[in-house]
Amino acid sequence: MSENQFDKEVSSSDDKQCIRLTVNGEPYEVAIGTMHGGVAPSDTLLHTLRETLGLKGTKKGCDHGGCGSCTVIMDGKPILSCMTLTVECDGKSILTIEGLEDRKTGQLHPLQQAFIDNTAFQCGFCTPGILMSAKALLDSNPKPTENDIKQALAGHYCRCISHYEVVKAVTNVVREGDKNG
Amino acid sequence: MGKDYRYIGKETPRKDAREIVTGQAQYFDDISLPGMLYGKVLRSPYPHANIKNIDTSRAEALHGVRAALTYKDTEGWEWGIPKHIRILDSKVRYVGDAVAMVAADTISIAEEALELIDVEYEMLPAVYDVEEATEPGQPQLYEQFTNNTFSEPLPYEPNILRSIQMGDVEKGFAEADVVTEGTCGYEIFPNPLPPEPPGAIATWEAPDRLTVYTPSQSIAYHRFIGLPFVHLNDFRAISTQCGGSYGTKNANLTPVGYAAILSKATNRPVKIYYTKEEHFHSYSARLGCRIRAKVGLNKDGRVTAIEGKWLVNIGAASECGPYEVAVGCGELQIAVQCPNWNLSTGLVFTNNCPCGIVRGFGGQELESAFLPILGLAMEKASVDPVEFFKKNIVKKGGGWFWRDGNWWTFRGADFTKTIDKGAETFGWKDKWQGWGKPTAVNGNKRRGVGVGVHSNADIGEDSSEAQVKLSPDGRVMLNTCHSESGHGQRSSLCKMAAEVLKLPLENVKMSAPDTEVNPFEFALMGSRGTYASGSAVIAAAEDARRKLLELAATKLGTTPDHLDTEDGIIYVIGRPEQRVPWRRIMGFTRTITGEGRFDPDYSLCNFLMTFVEVEVDTETGKLDLINVVNATDAGQIISPASLEGQLHGALGSAGLDTAIFEETVRDTRTGQMLNGNMIDYKWRTFADLPEFTNVILETPVPSHRFGAIGVGEIATSPGPSAVLMAVYNAIGHRIMSYPLTSDKILKALGKVKESE
Repeated sequence: MSENQFDKEVSSSDDKQCIRLTVNGEPYEVAIGTMHGGVAPSDTLLHTLRETLGLKGTKKGCDHGGCGSCTVIMDGKPILSCMTLTVECDGKSILTIEGLEDRKTGQLHPLQQAFIDNTAFQCGFCTPGILMSAKALLDSNPKPTENDIKQALAGHYCRCISHYEVVKAVTNVVREGDKNG
Repeated sequence: MGKDYRYIGKETPRKDAREIVTGQAQYFDDISLPGMLYGKVLRSPYPHANIKNIDTSRAEALHGVRAALTYKDTEGWEWGIPKHIRILDSKVRYVGDAVAMVAADTISIAEEALELIDVEYEMLPAVYDVEEATEPGQPQLYEQFTNNTFSEPLPYEPNILRSIQMGDVEKGFAEADVVTEGTCGYEIFPNPLPPEPPGAIATWEAPDRLTVYTPSQSIAYHRFIGLPFVHLNDFRAISTQCGGSYGTKNANLTPVGYAAILSKATNRPVKIYYTKEEHFHSYSARLGCRIRAKVGLNKDGRVTAIEGKWLVNIGAASECGPYEVAVGCGELQIAVQCPNWNLSTGLVFTNNCPCGIVRGFGGQELESAFLPILGLAMEKASVDPVEFFKKNIVKKGGGWFWRDGNWWTFRGADFTKTIDKGAETFGWKDKWQGWGKPTAVNGNKRRGVGVGVHSNADIGEDSSEAQVKLSPDGRVMLNTCHSESGHGQRSSLCKMAAEVLKLPLENVKMSAPDTEVNPFEFALMGSRGTYASGSAVIAAAEDARRKLLELAATKLGTTPDHLDTEDGIIYVIGRPEQRVPWRRIMGFTRTITGEGRFDPDYSLCNFLMTFVEVEVDTETGKLDLINVVNATDAGQIISPASLEGQLHGALGSAGLDTAIFEETVRDTRTGQMLNGNMIDYKWRTFADLPEFTNVILETPVPSHRFGAIGVGEIATSPGPSAVLMAVYNAIGHRIMSYPLTSDKILKALGKVKESE
């Protein structure tokens, strides 16, 4: 099949043969299949984000749903992108760590700034996932208790033990929100 | 304290903070090279077997496979300390050992190729127990190590410490008020398990020049593992941002080795990135340790004699075993000063997972097994453990035999002040009720308290070099070979240079962690970053400042001692209105480079005491950690939040929780690890945080410009034995092994029967 024929095939195909995703506000359309740049039926969302779309900020830790490093927000909910098949994500809106700051102004999200101010990381590998879960928490519950914060982050493996600083950082954002709200 | 520093001791954002919180920091799996292939390793399903036949022809025939290698293709390469680890061998020694490897165009092709390699194994019996392994007639892992025991001298450290011999133990026991004997094991092979698995990309720039990209704690150290196959200057090691190490990514020995050899075979860059399963089964567990010891103690709390045998179960391969034994022996002497010693050691190979470099490095393991035996003596002599450690911790004029076999006389701070402050913060006097007595009882819930200690003289270990390059626009490039794996050390070193040169911190940058562009650095091992590396950086900054002021003096017609510099301006002392920017002195076409070096000095050590309060449910056997107080003396804090984080690390990386729930569970019938995934291997979550307080004293160390010493590495070490002590006090029944899982506690309480 020539490239032209292939393009025609894809563009004229029904919805099942390509996946439409919104990632960090940008629309993406990717063909289903094992061709270069396509989404194989076995591809996880994590794989698609990192390897197909080049968004390397989301981290692959264990790749079996045990560490939380790959957490992204899908339609408002934090999900494990390593346990989600991309073919199941048609029409979904996804937010990754790359979409957390204001891209127009470069202004960091208050959570990002609070993590910097509190040095709420050591090696930083788990940080993108934790930030996404914290963001999802604050979006759904702007005034979480300390226990709410700990429960929301309980699926995140942080081996350096920056937990205390993370809880402090999130708590500070909640307090600032209170002041401003 | 009390010094008016601009940055030292002040909170400043980590230099890499923005990259980390925006996902822009480049960890290992975020990079790739043009033309790069993917390597995969076939792993042994058996704990001990000879490879009778191996055939890679079907794998090689698969489209996209560029190399399939076995031991026949990799003869001659031997790494580890001592050198004994063949990259591939005709024998496998643990479940997960490397059998063969392939390089292919994609990961999935490489994985498919592994399934096409035909292997015929000749099964051999396996041995896991450290004492059994040393008995005649047991399976032998290596021909050269009779009775599985390492005994050869090391060519590069001939006098390495292998035992503690001092005074006359018989005399010491005769003088003691109480003498106790005991056995304790800390042999559960927990995994420090950084969130980012290990990996390496290797590429040969020329037939004799190797470049490696790898996530590293100590990028400069990698070159040593290449010797003698690749010369130091021909081994270029570059670190990516490192997603956690805790000691395990100091050498990255196996992924570097596999990638290097596959790259050599294919003449292409090759990437090896372990899966989490490989990380669990095949990479750097904490060494196992068992000690049988006899202790003499006086009623005033002074130890009179220690005799015993420390057996180290290094698993199937030793990345650094002799050094862990040596450092462990050194560290125990610091924590427990005693005039009469006869402690011998044995480094033993078994069919467990290989044990590599891990935070705690011998000392954590030795102390976790030995301090409970000391506890038996303390109880018999009715000695409060806090008072015991105050009496026996090293004091000025005391000393130790260190790693190099030499005696070093201590010249550091009085740690009894740290102990007092920690005890006061914890409320030890109120909580301690005596040995075997709970702090509080509430129905089924019984609380107990315990303490542990650890000290390390590695803060001045080995050598470091640094260069500080001044440019005319008032900016500085710091060239030292330090990667960032979470300590915040790159940022802290920049603060030291900025402080010496009185420059805005943002004007000080550090070169990439690349061995080709930086001067010599040994490694960011142990806690040596602040004192050893820091001293080199300070010396380089001072040297640069001196050269700058000398140049200025000639141009301004004065002498350097009349000049000072701040914010890129040079001024005459006492006449701050006479100000000249660096560029007026240097011109635009010059840089000034200062050089600094640190040489080893083992006469200082750090110290940490960990106090814990636990609660045991005597119905369910559940053990909860309620409260932790860490007490240390950092000399001078450099970066407060980074230091707090490192000390909180007590709960991570196979630390304190190895006394509560962390362990590698191995089925010794099959040799398989049974909990090699993130669900079955237990780790502490955000929902299970105890109260945690760090007490940090600052008694300046005069030989460091800012009075600072490092303490980060030792955070994990005092916790395990402290928990063991606390549980004994809570329930009144002593358990001499780890971790204290519910079944063990219920057995100790007599609530369930011992099973086979």
